[in-house]
Amino acid sequence: MQEELFTSGRNIPNIDPSLEIWHWPISVYLFLGGLAAGLLFFAGLITVLGKEKEYPTSVKVASIISPIALTLGLLALFYDLTHKLYFWRLYTTIRIESPMSWGAWVLLIITPLSFLWVMSYYSELFPKWKIDYKFLDTFETFLQKHRKNMAYALLPLSIVLGVYTGILLSAFNARPLWNNAILGPLFLVSGLSTGAATIILLAKSAKERHLFSKIDLGLVILELGLIVHMLMGMYAGTEVQLEAMQLLIGGEFTLMFFGFVIILGLIVPAIMEFLELGGFKIPVAVPALLILLGGLVLRFVMVEAGQITRYLY
Amino acid sequence: MRYAMVIDTLKCVGCSDCVVACQTENDVPIGYCRDWITETVNGTYPTIELELKSERCNHCENAPCVRCCPTGASHQLDNGIVLVTGDECIGCGACIESCPYDARFQHPEGYVDKCTFCHHRLEKGQLPACVSVCPTKCMYFGDLDNANSEVSVLLKKRKYKTLAPEAGTKPHVYYLI
Repeated sequence: MQEELFTSGRNIPNIDPSLEIWHWPISVYLFLGGLAAGLLFFAGLITVLGKEKEYPTSVKVASIISPIALTLGLLALFYDLTHKLYFWRLYTTIRIESPMSWGAWVLLIITPLSFLWVMSYYSELFPKWKIDYKFLDTFETFLQKHRKNMAYALLPLSIVLGVYTGILLSAFNARPLWNNAILGPLFLVSGLSTGAATIILLAKSAKERHLFSKIDLGLVILELGLIVHMLMGMYAGTEVQLEAMQLLIGGEFTLMFFGFVIILGLIVPAIMEFLELGGFKIPVAVPALLILLGGLVLRFVMVEAGQITRYLY
Repeated sequence: MRYAMVIDTLKCVGCSDCVVACQTENDVPIGYCRDWITETVNGTYPTIELELKSERCNHCENAPCVRCCPTGASHQLDNGIVLVTGDECIGCGACIESCPYDARFQHPEGYVDKCTFCHHRLEKGQLPACVSVCPTKCMYFGDLDNANSEVSVLLKKRKYKTLAPEAGTKPHVYYLI
């Protein structure tokens, strides 16, 4: 029997303990980016379908959060760069092969767009803070006229943003936990679900709350399916993938993954939303907050566990 | 022109001279290394086998670090050497996450740094610093496209392996076994 008894560490004090070079800002960004993608997707979708009047929260109130989330997310990304003053180098080139490159370009388009979207609703959202500048009024009317065009742009852009947060990780073949094709759709669905949860939290009418509860329920079930797929894919995978999966089932991250992501973050809120739709009196804020918490913990688990997994040679 | 390094694990004694030579030649900050020694014991007692290896960036043909770099700071020369341009690097860490060999690190000044196969010495017709100092002469450096070069001949004659070939990177550092 061949058995590896001992391999010396590399013993490079400043490299090996700090191999985990992506810290909490990356997880926070992945969560905020997914949340903004979800909110912008629903704002665009409702507008394209022409249902703004029936579902005002998703297009108006909730969309205030997306520019804030994107700005905070970008600040978090910037904070985690080590050669900060050179960040503009991202925008001197487009590298199709690098998900981070096209992610950076999509962010450059969708962040201002999210601000313009809120600006187009400025007088409705903040009726008390009237600003008496004629050109701002003209600009707002101009934006209102083009709201539908913005919505058409938001739909594909928000999907790319949502998928990108997952593809960013899955492009790294050196980290077996990340290197699976499910991560893109998983993070997209999780982002849409956190977006729907935020709309549920803010919605004033029962009609809108119920619509998004139904959407969220569907997304949560889809997300559970994708997680099962991810684990099955790794279970049928190579040695390195099996070891990566061990971190999630029966390892360091099991409690966080099963306890906070799957049970508290998906199954419990799904049951609560289902009962609430069935007529039981359950405060909707509880499942919505649990979904948001689950989404955040999912990002932390994936980013931190992924960096531990590696090729063995 | 396709540069490659061949390291004879049967001759290596793990003295770390290559590591020190690299740090001196390339002014590597204290506490960091561009190359390192690993010591692996394989087998079950009493039939065990010790293997010593000097490892570094593998200058992969299919380099994931070059693919993942969002700015193009990580790039590959025509001779196969993978380099990082410091003032194009934003320090995002994508290349570090994508390297199966953990060969890259963030320089204290912020950009990402790694083995260059001593590109600056090759231009002057010298060998990489690590190869030039090896006291057991277990390291060889040369052009794989030239069938008569020392490295090509060694790879024809001897059994060899590369590190983590299953990662699909086609590494250009070969270990004679």
